[in-house]
Amino acid sequence: MKSKGVAVPYVIWMALFVVIPLILVVVYAFTTRTGGFTLENFASMGQYVGVFGRSFLLALVATLVCILLGYPLAYLLAREQSRLRGMATLLIMLPMWMNFLLRTYSWVFLLERNGFFNTLLSTLGLPKLDIIDTSAAVVLGMVYNFLPFMVLPIFSVIEKIDPRVIEAAQDLGANDRQVFRRIVFPLSLPGVLSGVTMVFIPSVSTFVISKLLGGGMTLLLGDLIEMQFLGAAYNPHLGSAISLVMMVIVLACMGIMNRFGEGEGEAVVL
Amino acid sequence: MKRTLAIAVSATLLTGLLAGCGGGGSASNGEVNVYNWGEYIDESVLDDFEEATGIKVNYQMYDSNETMYSMLAGGGAEYDVIIPSDYMIARLISEDMLEPLDFDNIPNFSDIDPELKNPEYDPENLYSVPYMWGLMGVIYNTTMVDEADLGSWDLLWNEKYTGDIVMIDNSRDAIGIALKSLGYSYNTTDEAQIIEAVEKLIEQKGILQGYAMDQIFGKMEGNNAAIGTYYYGDYLTMLENNPDLGFYIPEEGTNIYVDAMCIPKGAANKENAEIFIDYMCSTEAGLKNCEEIWYSTPLLSVRDALDPEVASDPLAYPDSSILAKCESYAGLPQNILDLYDSEWTRLKSMT
Repeated sequence: MKSKGVAVPYVIWMALFVVIPLILVVVYAFTTRTGGFTLENFASMGQYVGVFGRSFLLALVATLVCILLGYPLAYLLAREQSRLRGMATLLIMLPMWMNFLLRTYSWVFLLERNGFFNTLLSTLGLPKLDIIDTSAAVVLGMVYNFLPFMVLPIFSVIEKIDPRVIEAAQDLGANDRQVFRRIVFPLSLPGVLSGVTMVFIPSVSTFVISKLLGGGMTLLLGDLIEMQFLGAAYNPHLGSAISLVMMVIVLACMGIMNRFGEGEGEAVVL
Repeated sequence: MKRTLAIAVSATLLTGLLAGCGGGGSASNGEVNVYNWGEYIDESVLDDFEEATGIKVNYQMYDSNETMYSMLAGGGAEYDVIIPSDYMIARLISEDMLEPLDFDNIPNFSDIDPELKNPEYDPENLYSVPYMWGLMGVIYNTTMVDEADLGSWDLLWNEKYTGDIVMIDNSRDAIGIALKSLGYSYNTTDEAQIIEAVEKLIEQKGILQGYAMDQIFGKMEGNNAAIGTYYYGDYLTMLENNPDLGFYIPEEGTNIYVDAMCIPKGAANKENAEIFIDYMCSTEAGLKNCEEIWYSTPLLSVRDALDPEVASDPLAYPDSSILAKCESYAGLPQNILDLYDSEWTRLKSMT
């Protein structure tokens, strides 16, 4: 078929940059420095339960905050007049045109002990906000950086809901709350599921945010893995093993979530 | 400062990308790939070098010896000049990762202080040319710290300053400081002593504000932390931006380090690398660098050309009474390096 030819570059790309690296990760995870087979990299995993727990907890909190902030925003946007909507969408997208590291660094300056916010607060005679180098700052960084990934999928799903369905509900006597609860919300769930995937996965594996805003105190999985490859503890075999375990857990989470969302449409996995 | 990490990370990502594209970026002529510490050069020197020699400099930065080591050990990335510290040079030599230098191409080597030639980490001086050296110590904010508490490494464990202390973020220096404060040697190979030191760091973690390398500049300059530990040259840079800072050498003794220029094994542009190293040892380049980063220079002609007040600073060019308290890092055997790695991971992953 003709379409097969179109897929060739994609297949090559996937093979080179997804499949082969994944195989390398698996090989590294099961070998020692000298190249022999071992399971020891996994045996030591128990030591890092705390890091796994903390990463998943913080990513979960960040995802929940993103839903709470992002859903109403997406809902309002989807029902706005088109000109305002274009403007608002632009404002949401604008920060994403700037480099991720710069955005995160700006938060360091904003949140520092004597940073922008605290200078402002103390000039106004208000108590200082002491969250730099804590988990709270890390969650804030995640929410700030990944919120657009929650808003946009929800927005596009709500926008595509057939207005006639809503009109039909209204004709049948549903008030605004009922329309939202029984029509709009269930129909928008696929967007929420995509949003959750797109916020949760980068949050659980981030290392820059925790390094900059967490001051190296709240070590997350991403930091732990980065340390094994580029940081103070060079051990790519352990790093690969941790990556592998993390991938399996994330896949399991996504599987459960898709099951949960079945019948409402499917979330994007990976 | 702030931008260092950002640049280092993006440079790292970029090199990874280039390497991934199959061998890329290794042009044969007219290039030299330099991999140096962040905030560790007067960048106009690079332009001067390009102008004087016509060799294009690709300049990248790292924030710790360990990061640099990972990039080398991981393969892929190609560098012609690296500037590791003493103990890392010893490790690279023992793992056969350095190329012997051709000193005929580096005539300016004659200007290096003879005291710094044939060092412990490179006894026959085959692989390295000193770039900068200095002492590590404690930096504190004079408006936040009581004078009575100064003097020892114990300040970093003083609960009075809970939330105001920033610890150095690399295994060798951090574990080294804990070893020194316990009265042990930096170069101990006694596993029990190293584990005891890490236990002491775990205890310290509860009162820290955070761990930092170059982010310490922002922490100390902006009065965001009261106590940190870093290098004397960097302290002088911070002092220019925040006159409230102070520095002392702890009474238990401290680390004297030398960062030296080396060529990694298999460098594509070895000759250009030697030309670069020689240029960095010229009085002109050495003086510019020294006046930018304020580390101690190994070049005698540069020391003569410096402002006499700087050249006679006892902490920049210490006399024997201070040097007697200093210990340099030696290379460690593989089993101890592994212990450092696993203990450091244990410390950092603890809540």
